[in-house]
Amino acid sequence: MIFIMKQLLTFIKKEFHHILRDKRSMLVLLGLPIVQLLIFGFAITTEVRNANVAILDNAKDEATQNIIGRIEASKYFNIDRTLTTNSQIEKAFKTGKIKLAVVFQSNFQNELAHANKAQVQIISDGTDPNQATTLTNYISTIVTDYQSELNQQNKLPYSINTEIRMLYNPELKGAYSSVPGVMGMILLLISAMMTSIAIVKEKELGTMEVLLVSPMKPWLVVVSKVIPYFIVSLVNVATILLLSVFVLGMPIKGSLFLLVAETILYIICALSLGLLISTITESQQAAMLVSLLGLMLPVVMLSGYAFPVANMPLILQILSNFVPAKWYIIITKGVMIKGIGIWSIWQETLVIVGMTFFFILLSIKRFKIRLQ
Amino acid sequence: MRILFFLLRKEFLQIVRNKLILKAIFVMPLVQLILLPFAANYEMKNISLSIIDNDHSEYSRKLINTFTSSGYFRLTDVSQSYIDALNVVEDDKADLIVEIPKDFERDLIRDNQTKMMLSANAINGQTAGLAVSYASAIIRDFNNDIRVEWIQQPQMNTQPAIEITNSNWFNPKMNYKYFIVPGVLALLVTLVGFILTSLNIVREKETGTIEQLNVTPIKKYQFILGKLIPFWILGLVVLTIGFIVSFIVYGILPAGSFLLIYLFAAIYLIALLGFGLFTSTFADTQQQAMFIAYFFMMTFILLGGLFAPIENMPDWAQYLTYVNPVSYFIEVMRMIILKGSGIADLAKHFGIIILFAVGFNTLAILNYKKTT
Repeated sequence: MIFIMKQLLTFIKKEFHHILRDKRSMLVLLGLPIVQLLIFGFAITTEVRNANVAILDNAKDEATQNIIGRIEASKYFNIDRTLTTNSQIEKAFKTGKIKLAVVFQSNFQNELAHANKAQVQIISDGTDPNQATTLTNYISTIVTDYQSELNQQNKLPYSINTEIRMLYNPELKGAYSSVPGVMGMILLLISAMMTSIAIVKEKELGTMEVLLVSPMKPWLVVVSKVIPYFIVSLVNVATILLLSVFVLGMPIKGSLFLLVAETILYIICALSLGLLISTITESQQAAMLVSLLGLMLPVVMLSGYAFPVANMPLILQILSNFVPAKWYIIITKGVMIKGIGIWSIWQETLVIVGMTFFFILLSIKRFKIRLQ
Repeated sequence: MRILFFLLRKEFLQIVRNKLILKAIFVMPLVQLILLPFAANYEMKNISLSIIDNDHSEYSRKLINTFTSSGYFRLTDVSQSYIDALNVVEDDKADLIVEIPKDFERDLIRDNQTKMMLSANAINGQTAGLAVSYASAIIRDFNNDIRVEWIQQPQMNTQPAIEITNSNWFNPKMNYKYFIVPGVLALLVTLVGFILTSLNIVREKETGTIEQLNVTPIKKYQFILGKLIPFWILGLVVLTIGFIVSFIVYGILPAGSFLLIYLFAAIYLIALLGFGLFTSTFADTQQQAMFIAYFFMMTFILLGGLFAPIENMPDWAQYLTYVNPVSYFIEVMRMIILKGSGIADLAKHFGIIILFAVGFNTLAILNYKKTT
């Protein structure tokens, strides 16, 4: 037993030398999670800001000026006044200069005062429906607010007032939903990629055979290759958690110990997925294609991070269950934001444990120790 | 010319012989293009709802009915107290709590007003905002019905009303897939092209075959062209298959000209592949090249505006997107496919991408050394 441990240690040392000597790879492996987390945390946001709005004011009276002033005062919009006719709107959309156009009818204030009716037309660029809906809603709210201030004298009877509470995240910080998602994505991709490539590399260069004819047991060879990457991943976990809390302002309401334990479990799951990829590919190029091209979009789109799972068609809801990141994201949100304990997330934990075993068993079955 | 021809034949043979890589290049992107856009859906349909009815009156039951029959909400829980309902939210069994106070009906009719409470799980601020706005709209409608019931003659018309009409151009049905499919297609072409080229030269370095090429009279530019053309063709093939799939599955046909798309894609691919080759000349091992490729791909894609609009980003991130070729490709794909933008609208984009193409390839040729 002691002998085996010593052997293992020697191999792990060898592997560490490989990793540490390659400064460029180290830089990417340790720096990338930081860059990604910061980009996601700060840059990727669906909160509207500075959307370009063209205003076609055919009335130019007090009422329209008042409404335009309100639009201008909101931080959501930049006003583009260069448009003077309807026909210019299409051109402005096609060059991507504006996202929204607001058209006031002529004689706006007169019509409003005398006919009790005046028209505003909102034209949005439906290319991005989500953004279009949000922008249209903002403008409509501004116009309705103006109108209800006009009508303030007559208060309506029989009113139901609603009080709204935003639980867990009263300031509606974007980081609360993006950080757990990014953690799930970065840890999975980087861990799976590192291991799959490290093992396939030995296969491709022929050094795997040298290792396999050594007195070391084949599974120990594999374990010794995985452990150093496990340690690299642990460093990443530490930086990611520190950044999320101190730079992005994420809370850790639950137990830190539980969060770290679950994260370690998740890393082991990702590493075993990498192991599995290494057994089905023969070249580093193929391993890279599978782990980047094959994992990236499914993880982003099906994990419930970018799009709510409940809205997906049934088949994709079923498929999403096979994405480990989905379960990890539920766990992280629960522990960090809601502060729940293990009794509320044991099922999700069990799923990740099950997946890990499945990946490992399948890898063992497919691991070949002989030459073809 | 003859030398180039031989080089091309060599590269194509190497690509065609590697069945796994071929599969990865064609099958994985297609499966993802067919499945994943269905996941991209921001339209909320099944918001799970927890209701606390402290009144048990005719009106409170009516209100609950309006909620459940609206199509947006699914009643998953009826709680006795707010604390119970909070626990349900904590277990992710409900996303919105509607609390109807005691004496809801009496207060509304006798005191002319009552107050109810909406509490949303706001970890994802965006979905919480949507859930609350749907719920508020339902309550508002319900409220109007009651007013109509109690106020005999409708006096609403005597107040000035601004009529807001809105239309969404280029995507009148607000189909989110029209937005996401061109983006995903751009992304897949980018991933395939970039991964393959960035690994290619390093692979020759690592296996030592580059020495054999270096002692031949092949010119530097011929060598780079020989590497570039095969992947350029592959990229265009993947794009073409992608268009066929998006027509069959999603019925998407470009509003603008195919010729323009291909012209742009052709130049874009030259730029992208040049960048891939450039990074490839830097790395010594495939592992390094992969990590570098991974770093750039992730950053480019995250900042490319695939999911979150670029104009929402903070200024520093928007400056980064100016030097990001991927964001131009995604934008141009959307502009031509959805808006039918013409060459005059895209002059700026074409100019920039040509600059990228020339710049990256010059760098790649300069940086490739025939001596070690």
